[in-house]
Amino acid sequence: MNSKRKLTVAVTGLNNTDNPGPGIPVIRALRESEEFDVRIIGMAYENLEPGIYMHNLVDKTYRVPYPSEGSDVLVNRILEISKNEKLDVLIPNFDAELRAFMKSRETLAKAGIHTFLPELEIFEERSKNNLPEFGKKYDVKVPAGKPVTNLDELRDIKEDFDYPVVLKGKFYDAYIASNFDQASMYFHKISAKWGLPVIIQEYIRGTEVNVVALGDGYGNTIGAVPMRKLYITDKGKAWAGITLDDDRMLDLTHRIIKSTRWRGGMELELIRSDDDEFYLIEINPRIPAWVYLAVGAGQNLPEAMVKLALGMNVKPFTDYKKGIIFVRYSFDLITDINEFEKLSISGIL
Amino acid sequence: MKLKRNIAVSESGFLFDPTNGESYSLNEQGLEILNLLKKSKSDNEITSYMTETYDIPADEFEKYYLDFMGLLRQFKLLEDEQ
Repeated sequence: MNSKRKLTVAVTGLNNTDNPGPGIPVIRALRESEEFDVRIIGMAYENLEPGIYMHNLVDKTYRVPYPSEGSDVLVNRILEISKNEKLDVLIPNFDAELRAFMKSRETLAKAGIHTFLPELEIFEERSKNNLPEFGKKYDVKVPAGKPVTNLDELRDIKEDFDYPVVLKGKFYDAYIASNFDQASMYFHKISAKWGLPVIIQEYIRGTEVNVVALGDGYGNTIGAVPMRKLYITDKGKAWAGITLDDDRMLDLTHRIIKSTRWRGGMELELIRSDDDEFYLIEINPRIPAWVYLAVGAGQNLPEAMVKLALGMNVKPFTDYKKGIIFVRYSFDLITDINEFEKLSISGIL
Repeated sequence: MKLKRNIAVSESGFLFDPTNGESYSLNEQGLEILNLLKKSKSDNEITSYMTETYDIPADEFEKYYLDFMGLLRQFKLLEDEQ
């Protein structure tokens, strides 16, 4: 007899591509839950997000409008879907959609859809534009940064920065530029894709390390697992990684979660500099695509997040396995044109 | 000099530093030296053991030993370098 609690969970980020969304790893984690028997409703922005066709993981998928079409349009679509599917929990996995769902938390909750997202204020504070101020406020080392909106401003960065510098998009993408010519090329590339401003960041020499963590909104860290990328794609994504044993990374994570009273999943992107200092280069305000490594290391953070969203008591994880490796792989999924047709025409599969 | 406490060394000579995720392969002699370091043996004790076990003069061994220790230091595997 199955004594697990039945839950319907909506998940976005089914783009399990070479620039992967966290949706599929989150779903795998929830499927392994010892407490929940989950029914997964995928929310897809594009017809070819691979997760749509992974029927062993995703029970049903709905097409949803991009957040750029308006927060209300997106949220109303979710509410409409929930009338049919009775969603219990929504786990958004894209930075670009978070603001819409954070603003609509109460509306969603009234419809019985639980979320577990950061407060809007802290979400804005940690944005790439505001990282230097965030560093000052919370006493965290961050690289110098400056948003630029045109080539004149980009040319003037030489007053404040030495090349190489890092250019970053508002939501995604980062490139290292060694001179103004490269910087202007990346400026156009990033602004065309993600809009303005483009963020200029001081380049810190060292090794990139990351932490996936979950805060309960009261300053407590429910879980945290540090990782180093072992293989990085040309898009800068981790294709393989290993869990680390580093108390300083964990201390920094606990400190940030405590001082910001972080609510929800997060990924800290850090640089361990050549002189062994940690610099915070970014806080991603959601679970990262490599979260399944944390599950493999003993911390099922997506399951814990669902519990928190439902108001359940969650005991913080106290340990994880060190030296656990993930290696991502690509896989040819075969499907029929009828499936594609169904999704294209009706928006449901 | 001591090896960092959390360094894992397998019987096959695979060394893993969980602080930064780096791993290294040791040959038989490297593994022996590391195991001696883990037992807190001094430089003199290690030199005596290795020159008695292998047919190598002490001054020649010391040259290799210093190189090896330099590598361990460079890779931040030694406790006193932290």
